[in-house]
Amino acid sequence: MNTDIQEIISKTGTERNRLLPVMQEVISRNNYLSETAMRDIAKAFDISAAEVYGVATFYSFIDVSRLGRNVIRICKTISCDLKGKTDIINAIEKHLRIKLGETTPDQKFTFLQTNCIGWCHQSPAMIINDKVYTELTPEKAIVALEEWE
Amino acid sequence: MDNRKINDIEKYKKRVHLMFSELDIKAALREINALAPELIITELITSGLRGRGGAGFPTGKKWEMVSEAEGTEKYIVCNADEGEPGTFKDREILQKQAAKVLLGMTACSKAVGARKGFIYLRGEYSYMRKDLSAQIEAFHKLLNDFKIDFSIELRMGSGAYVCGEETSLLESLEGRRGEARNKPPYPVTEGFMGKPTVVNNVETLVYAVYIILEGTDSFIQMGTKSSRGAKVFCVSGDTPVPGIYELELGMKLSDFVDLFGDDDTKAVQVGGVSGYCVPRKNFSKTIIGFEGVPTGGSMMLFNSSRSMYNVLHDYLEFFSEESCGQCTPCRIGCQQLLKGIEQVKRGTKHSSYLDNLREIAETMSIASKCGLGQSVAHPFISTTDYFKEEIIY
Ligand SMILES: Cc1cc2nc3c(=O)[nH]c(=O)nc-3n(C[C@H](O)[C@H](O)[C@H](O)COP(=O)(O)O)c2cc1C
Ligand code: SF4
Ligand code: FES
Repeated sequence: MNTDIQEIISKTGTERNRLLPVMQEVISRNNYLSETAMRDIAKAFDISAAEVYGVATFYSFIDVSRLGRNVIRICKTISCDLKGKTDIINAIEKHLRIKLGETTPDQKFTFLQTNCIGWCHQSPAMIINDKVYTELTPEKAIVALEEWE
Repeated sequence: MDNRKINDIEKYKKRVHLMFSELDIKAALREINALAPELIITELITSGLRGRGGAGFPTGKKWEMVSEAEGTEKYIVCNADEGEPGTFKDREILQKQAAKVLLGMTACSKAVGARKGFIYLRGEYSYMRKDLSAQIEAFHKLLNDFKIDFSIELRMGSGAYVCGEETSLLESLEGRRGEARNKPPYPVTEGFMGKPTVVNNVETLVYAVYIILEGTDSFIQMGTKSSRGAKVFCVSGDTPVPGIYELELGMKLSDFVDLFGDDDTKAVQVGGVSGYCVPRKNFSKTIIGFEGVPTGGSMMLFNSSRSMYNVLHDYLEFFSEESCGQCTPCRIGCQQLLKGIEQVKRGTKHSSYLDNLREIAETMSIASKCGLGQSVAHPFISTTDYFKEEIIY
């Protein structure tokens, strides 16, 4: 078993209701849940790998395919739409030379959309990993990208 | 920000400051700990407090049901999933007054006889996790000082709007796909791990603390008969003063628009994407509250530069993406409504097709399994009622 997962489970235990916290911890370390990770988790929890996959794929923040080191999630919902999220998306796409849904060839960024992230009064807004960026302009968005390795 | 507007809001007779006021947490905990469980419940029932998460169930009644439910293993869940578009108050409350929320959970645990509580915080708010965990830890020390046998665990969501629905939330807490359960049974009898469970919104828990400490009288003086007390509103969209404002319930929407609008407001979406669209001509006859149009806090203003077709299209995309897909009316209905208005707009379907779509929406209200699918008709019917031309042409 992967040592990361062993270490995580040694803290959380393997009661069924700990499944999500375990997955979330793997995600916070690796950004995605690999097939091996899902198999290891299944074994530890004594449930089928299909069950783990089923739970994982329900949640939009638990990815089962590989993402870049940093994940950008820009809000696409109503307030951010009214306040110009399209301009921000265009600026980021142009800067990173990828489209929404794609990962840069150097694996540095994956660019995704998400629904309302709770900053509608300071829209447009986005999250990079856990960090929130609000009242974005195309320029501010590009500066934000530069913070990440 | 527009200072003149801010001034008007601050001077408005229904503007209040309870949620974010200072509180001596230790003294409050001492006071709550000395109260009899029955007394806490009676006070809450008398106060008329109704849930602030959207559905508006009487809070005292909910606590009473769980206190009377069979068994000794009971749970408290603080719903901090806050996924309704246009809602951002629970984040602010947890950021600025987390101790009050923890106090509310403790009062609830005492009232119903629970020893364990969870806060279910949406994944989008992960940045708060460290601070909140530290506050919980400090609070546990305080509980320990008072020898109160109650502990609180922070759990995170992972990006699913439907997990704010209480039974989906419980499924998620149990480590499963966040698919809503059939109701009944309700969480008050079969909640977390099948045990009686109180699920309350963040804001509800803080008002419960206010009522328990200050008594019911001052709470009853605010609001109206069906909508007692105050509420934290989240103002966004076309407004010069976007932000978070605590106001008494029961105000007229026209007063609200006078305070928060930009002099060109053509519609207000009350209650978020799953709420209602109110057009200008109805502002003066619409009450914000349970007797009129209820809201979990979300108030989105649209001015005349906005296309209500685009607005409705946004909502329907939201629902299509967030539907958990478990039941057919909602899974298929959301997609059909979205596709349908696109076809009407393009002219590949006759405008009378809107009537068919409205029938689908009505069917969804009756046949969907949970509140997500059931409430799609609210924005769909209200927006197509009042802005039919904009949807078609
Ligand atoms: C799709 C959907 C999403 C919901 N999201 C939330 C939410 O994010 N926060 C919340 O407190 N209640 C939410 N609710 C309402 C909860 O099911 C439940 O009624 C509420 O948490 C009860 O707490 P209250 O009585 O204090 O309002 C949602 C309901 C539905 C149908
Ligand atoms: S109404 Fe929609 S969200 Fe609710 S259970 Fe059915 S498919 Fe899932
Ligand atoms: S709509 Fe973008 S943060 Fe709410």
